[in-house]
Amino acid sequence: MSNKKYIFAFLITAAIFVTALYVSNTLNKKKLDEVRLVEDRLSLNILSSETQSALLQETSCKDVNNTFLTYELADLGNKLSYAASQNSSDNAQIVTLKHYYSLLQIKDYLLMKNITAKCGIKPTFLLYFYSDKSGCPDCEKMGYVLDALHEKYPGIRIYSFDYNSDEPAVKSLISIYHVDNKLPAVIANSDPYYGFKTVNELETKIPSLTRLKIEFDKARAASSTPATTTPQ
Amino acid sequence: MPALPSLILYFSLFVSLFFEVVILITYFETREEIKFEEEHLKKPILSYPSVSIIVPSFNEEATVAGTIDSLLKLDYPADKLSLLLIDDGSSDKTLEVMNRYKDHSQVRIFSKPNEGSKFAALNFALERVETDLVGCLDADSFVAPGALKLMIPFFEDAETMAVTPAVKIHEPKNLLQRIQKMEYIWGVLFRRMLSSMGAMYVTPGPFSIFRTRVFRELGGYRLAHHTEDMEMALRMQKNHYKIVNSVGAHVFTVAPDKIKALYKQRVRWSYGFLNNAIDYKDMYFNRKYGHIGMFILPIATLSVFNTLYAAVMFVWGIGIKSAHAFTKYQVVGFSAHAPSLNFNWFYWNTSVLICVALVAVAINITLLLLSAGIAKEEKFIGKELLYYLTLYIFLPPFWLAKSTYNTVFSKKISWR
Repeated sequence: MSNKKYIFAFLITAAIFVTALYVSNTLNKKKLDEVRLVEDRLSLNILSSETQSALLQETSCKDVNNTFLTYELADLGNKLSYAASQNSSDNAQIVTLKHYYSLLQIKDYLLMKNITAKCGIKPTFLLYFYSDKSGCPDCEKMGYVLDALHEKYPGIRIYSFDYNSDEPAVKSLISIYHVDNKLPAVIANSDPYYGFKTVNELETKIPSLTRLKIEFDKARAASSTPATTTPQ
Repeated sequence: MPALPSLILYFSLFVSLFFEVVILITYFETREEIKFEEEHLKKPILSYPSVSIIVPSFNEEATVAGTIDSLLKLDYPADKLSLLLIDDGSSDKTLEVMNRYKDHSQVRIFSKPNEGSKFAALNFALERVETDLVGCLDADSFVAPGALKLMIPFFEDAETMAVTPAVKIHEPKNLLQRIQKMEYIWGVLFRRMLSSMGAMYVTPGPFSIFRTRVFRELGGYRLAHHTEDMEMALRMQKNHYKIVNSVGAHVFTVAPDKIKALYKQRVRWSYGFLNNAIDYKDMYFNRKYGHIGMFILPIATLSVFNTLYAAVMFVWGIGIKSAHAFTKYQVVGFSAHAPSLNFNWFYWNTSVLICVALVAVAINITLLLLSAGIAKEEKFIGKELLYYLTLYIFLPPFWLAKSTYNTVFSKKISWR
């Protein structure tokens, strides 16, 4: 029995594996490059908004769009969490991109707070603190609730932060708002809400969400009420 | 560092891919040999050896007449071909159907009590065989008229002790039979490759032809966990008796048309494989037995566990996804918006596992198309190929799990 065929087959199989490894790594790197590109673009947009904010005295609040960058931030968050699920959690590039993303969220939060204050808008900001580690069994459920909330009220801005992040800015945020390690935690207008909450509970407990719910219900009632006047 | 389950999955995939590559290389090595065989088989046979065909039947009243008719239509000198019809204690009209042929000069009919497995009926008939060659045809199978003539020339090689045919599905009617049709077509190529490697580990019940002396020298069939055709092949391989395959000799068998019947048949086959493998374990990794000992038996055994492992991982993955979906449903109910299909390449799974699996599927399709060519079925495999690739993969884990369970816990199975 000749072993040549098996050695040849082994080499071909190994070559296929090595090629697959190369292709997979190249594609995954391209994905991370795309995340990086989106982050850079977002950073530029935030810088532009900051400049716009600085110029606010000379311009009109009408020019400020308060749903600005919401979609971009959410898209970036989705891409980053997908990329993280496809790579090992200690991947240095992912860790860096996550830090960058946290910083962008904080910058956006501060900027939007500034703009809305100057323009007299009453926005709803939610800061959500979660943990990727096993210590937070309710974080997955809370994530679904916040997704559903954002779907219902697209105007609210939800910023998500890993409570265990090494990023100093995130640590500062935790310290400023005195967020305890009782996750999941949602901060709304400096008030902390700990533990899992349903959409209804959040709507009832957070005043700005209660207002939004009343408006939402009114709008829905208006759209579902049939016309009372008879056309002549 | 990937976790252990991933490492096992990578190893399984490597083994599967390695097996496919070996078969593909063997195909390219064998192409010329097959062409040469085809040319050689066109030459007239100078001397026809005498052949007996045993037809063991247990409750086969619906198909046995077709089986006998196909044998009587064989393009072979009538004085050199005899049929031994064995009614193995049928409770239906099998014997009545057989008796319609009692006046035929080539036919001998016997009736015996059933002893629970086919091997006893075969041995009963073997004791009455006096021809040079002997074969068997299950009473649910049919031969093409030219099949025997395409097998006899292989016995010109004095070392050849058995010749196996290309087994195909007889007139598939429903989806399940169509899926099996593709599986059998793949089997045609696979058996031919095993033949080239001298590694055939089954001499199929439908129409494998042996030199009669094989049974005189090695003894008759054994119960062999109800897979006597596998045990006989392994016994022959162990004694270095040469088994070859005639890819042009077409035999058609009726495939189970219901899941339950298919499941039962495959549990018997896979249980038989595992238990015969245990009985012949000394052949494993034994250079004395060449390709069958060093490669085919180990990889066939490993593939049972690979399939089971892949199935467990698949079910585990589905379970985790379902658990997440259920949690989401509990928390926020069904989403008002239908889930949108995301075609953004960013969300495509580009893991190493997927890349290798895609290559494995591509090689698999190539092998299936080559099989269709070799089995002369190129025109008829469009749908079958699709069904096979999408549906068949979900079936084997069920019978492999049952046969592995029965083997581990020493639970016997029955013939029917």
